[in-house]
Amino acid sequence: MTPTLFGLLIKAALYTVLISGVSIVIGVTLGMGVAAARLSSRLWLTGPARAYVSFFRGVPLLVQLLLIYNLLPAVGVNVPSVVAAISGLALCTSAYQAENLRGGFTSVPRGLLESAEMVGLTPWQQLIRIRAPIAFRLTLPAIVNEAIIILKASSLVSVVGIVELTRMAQDLDTSLYKPLQLYSAAGLLYFLINRGVASFGRWIEKRMSWGRA
Amino acid sequence: MNFDYALVISRLPEVFHAMGVTLGIWIVSLIGATLLGFAVAVGRRYGPRWLDWILLAYVELFRGTPFLIQLFLLYFGGPYAGLSLDAIPAGVVGLSVYGAAYFSELFRAGFEAVPLGHVEAAQCAGFSRLQIVRRILLPEMTMLVLPSAINLAISLLKDTAIMSVITVPELTLTISALGTEFYAFVESLFLLALCYWGLTEICSGLGRLAERKLSRFRFATP
Repeated sequence: MTPTLFGLLIKAALYTVLISGVSIVIGVTLGMGVAAARLSSRLWLTGPARAYVSFFRGVPLLVQLLLIYNLLPAVGVNVPSVVAAISGLALCTSAYQAENLRGGFTSVPRGLLESAEMVGLTPWQQLIRIRAPIAFRLTLPAIVNEAIIILKASSLVSVVGIVELTRMAQDLDTSLYKPLQLYSAAGLLYFLINRGVASFGRWIEKRMSWGRA
Repeated sequence: MNFDYALVISRLPEVFHAMGVTLGIWIVSLIGATLLGFAVAVGRRYGPRWLDWILLAYVELFRGTPFLIQLFLLYFGGPYAGLSLDAIPAGVVGLSVYGAAYFSELFRAGFEAVPLGHVEAAQCAGFSRLQIVRRILLPEMTMLVLPSAINLAISLLKDTAIMSVITVPELTLTISALGTEFYAFVESLFLLALCYWGLTEICSGLGRLAERKLSRFRFATP
């Protein structure tokens, strides 16, 4: 494993981090909205939210990516590979995050909501200021779990033409035929990235532990 | 793209058998992962400091590396360490240990979500540690953990596909073999996606049922 080879792998790893990082952030935000919609009392919100989760959680990510990349251009929408990769990952992960967060929303202590109502917060303010942050904090370990799963699943975006970590290792392997070194180096890089994500999650957990009752 | 459905229908028993294999390894691994994950979470919460460290290292290691590599090491590297497993047991053990790392984090989140006051009240009432886990923590965290657990169950279902590389005769291996045989790759992949979707729908349906049945444990907001 020469330094140049390792440099190439690191560069590809940066792609992996970038694409999955953006997708994770979009996914959690979108998931928050979907979870709130699923728990709302309005039927026109709960129905679509439920269908959304069922579709994006049920259909394999690979199929979703291929659909976005190959089907949308067929109806006249041109999708660059980066956009296809990020939207595929983000849509898929948002369905999982929505379910994670839904568990959090149902576990917000009732007393907190009653006090929020007493001080005159509107339902929207209650959602933004009380329910969403607490749901996020309560389900943070599950959210980090899903972030790590999507990081590993980002190896699939090579099918829309992005050379990320796994694909780079494969490409180098076909020309150099050093599978053991290349794949263990790639595995190590994935492990380090995931450790980073997990530590970041624990750091937020500590930061957000104020006022636990 | 001409796909001969008659040929596929003649092989339908094979597909159903493979679906049974997938279902079987999934359910057994899911039970293993849940129990092991729960044990890890309890060990991290109530065990000594050194146990917490070891278990944290386990979680980081098994959650941070791809399942494919873990499975390869277990199945092909295991015999060198004196651990010879057949394909199916290796797959089930591998997936249980892998899934348990994720489940333990879920249960940790659940334990932390239970208000301290409830635990203190139980302590004052003279509950033992086991009773606190069984009577206070488990029921109160159910509604928080259940949706995430269904998520994980679905992720693990999709991960059973990886066992095809160690020759477990499950859905992915069988259907892609059919695709090669009939030279119909697109159709076989669609059939495969459809089969997995069917299984995930059953799983989330069961999850919804469980949530309805267990909603008496809900202590927070609707």
